[in-house]
Amino acid sequence: MRAAFFGGIYSNYLGLAAALVDARRRGAEAIFCLGDIGGFGPHPDRSIELLRAHGIPTVQGNYDDAVGNAKADCGCGYTDPVDNHFARISYAYTLEHTSAIHRPWLANLPSRILFDAEGTRCLLVHGSPRQVNEFLWDSTSPDDFLEHLVSSADVDVLLCTHTGIHWQRALPSGRRVVNVGALGRPANDGRTNVWYALMDTDRSEPFEFVPLRYDHQRLAHEMRQEALPEQFVETVLTGWWTTCLEILPAKERSRGKF
Amino acid sequence: MNEPEAHLLPSAASRTPSAPCVNFRWLDTLWVQIAGTLCNIACRHCFITCGPKAFEIPMMTVGQVESALEQGRALGVRQIYYTGGEPFLHPQIRQLTEAAIAVAALTIVTNALLLDEETVHWLAGVFETSRYSLDLRVSLDGMTPEQNDPVRGRETFEKIVAAIGRLARAGISPVVTVVEHEEGLAGSEARSRFLDFIRSLGVPRPRLKFLPLLRIGREERRTHGYETANALVGERLSSDVESTLLCANGRAVTARGVFTCPILVKHPTARMGKELADGRRPIRLDWSACQTCVLEGLRCNT
Repeated sequence: MRAAFFGGIYSNYLGLAAALVDARRRGAEAIFCLGDIGGFGPHPDRSIELLRAHGIPTVQGNYDDAVGNAKADCGCGYTDPVDNHFARISYAYTLEHTSAIHRPWLANLPSRILFDAEGTRCLLVHGSPRQVNEFLWDSTSPDDFLEHLVSSADVDVLLCTHTGIHWQRALPSGRRVVNVGALGRPANDGRTNVWYALMDTDRSEPFEFVPLRYDHQRLAHEMRQEALPEQFVETVLTGWWTTCLEILPAKERSRGKF
Repeated sequence: MNEPEAHLLPSAASRTPSAPCVNFRWLDTLWVQIAGTLCNIACRHCFITCGPKAFEIPMMTVGQVESALEQGRALGVRQIYYTGGEPFLHPQIRQLTEAAIAVAALTIVTNALLLDEETVHWLAGVFETSRYSLDLRVSLDGMTPEQNDPVRGRETFEKIVAAIGRLARAGISPVVTVVEHEEGLAGSEARSRFLDFIRSLGVPRPRLKFLPLLRIGREERRTHGYETANALVGERLSSDVESTLLCANGRAVTARGVFTCPILVKHPTARMGKELADGRRPIRLDWSACQTCVLEGLRCNT
């Protein structure tokens, strides 16, 4: 069986549309979204409408909860004032441009999805099983901590997003954690493509990360038209993160440009 | 497991009854005070009054640290912080660093005065090869000697700045922590100038953490203590605030036992027991310093 998992869309409806085509071309019978549909990019309704039109089962991210319930902030979990400055701009734009008809849908998304992939129990969450905005980075998620999470959830595979950078690990117990990355912005690697995860239960290494090209120039153009911060546009055009840097652990930060 | 020393904790009956409680969620962060209160400098704002002659809390033995790490591992700890005093005064700092980084991501909180070329070279090797993240938190309280040295000690500015440069040349970008000990260090403009200053030291990806003053320890003598012993009496914590407090997600271990957090390691009433598992229970925010975390948003972790 093949299934695709999309992380943080961040209003990149062009990337989402390309990913839907790409995943189906690769034989994905099921497609899931792990939440954070809005934020960062332009025209948040367009991503929501794509997910709803294609009937994509979607986990609620902190952004979806915040926008759906018109909360005061995005709940991203930043502690740095600069990160919070850009988070406020992004959230205010997204909240204003998400139509009322979609808010109940966002507000009522499930916080987790359990999915049986031919006997492999998969749990899909946004941040972690215990906290919607918990960042699971590769370099700060020790084996014993992850074992603790997956055994508490009683699953074989834990899939998450929220960090924006993809990684996966087979744990000593044989269980697995997959951070599926994000469709919404590049992975701070100097490349303009974005990433999603594809599972093939017939393979000994069932998960692979798929690099996805999309019309990032058009996205950047539309972001400028919407007067979104030039720092966001720069990330789309260069592949390097310019904001939300303080959340990065030392190892992940050292691989970026800023 | 040893019995928790609950009788030492403030209780609703014996102390301020209406300070809010904080439930312990899980052990996200483990603070290990490996150097005790021993430090090579005596900062005038130090909230636990560390210094070259401060032996009140002893240095931890390798066995004590390894035991704390093992207990942390069993509880699913995510990140470890080594602190003191000055962690690089510990004669087995390299062994202890290797031990921690095998368990989880490690941050060493340091004044950087002992980070010579050879030590920095070794740290860079660990940074490159370790599976989990190694971070350094370097304290620097000003952009000039005139701003820094009155609180951290004479000629410390030049030495700290030199150490940050050595770290940068070795590919390590430390988190520079700045205590807001004077008005010139408050606000977004000061932050922006500090970022430029750190960049000018050759750090391409500068990271900063500003910390509000804790008005306990030596700071009480430098300026003054808290105006209200406990401004939190009668307060109710929102779940958003409670869940992010360090004491909801972490504990501190010293040679004297397990404490609610690294700020309160000198308060006998904040001692929770001998083993980490003793710390898995709610606490009441009965200490004056708690108001800095709740009202000013202090979070010790990076």
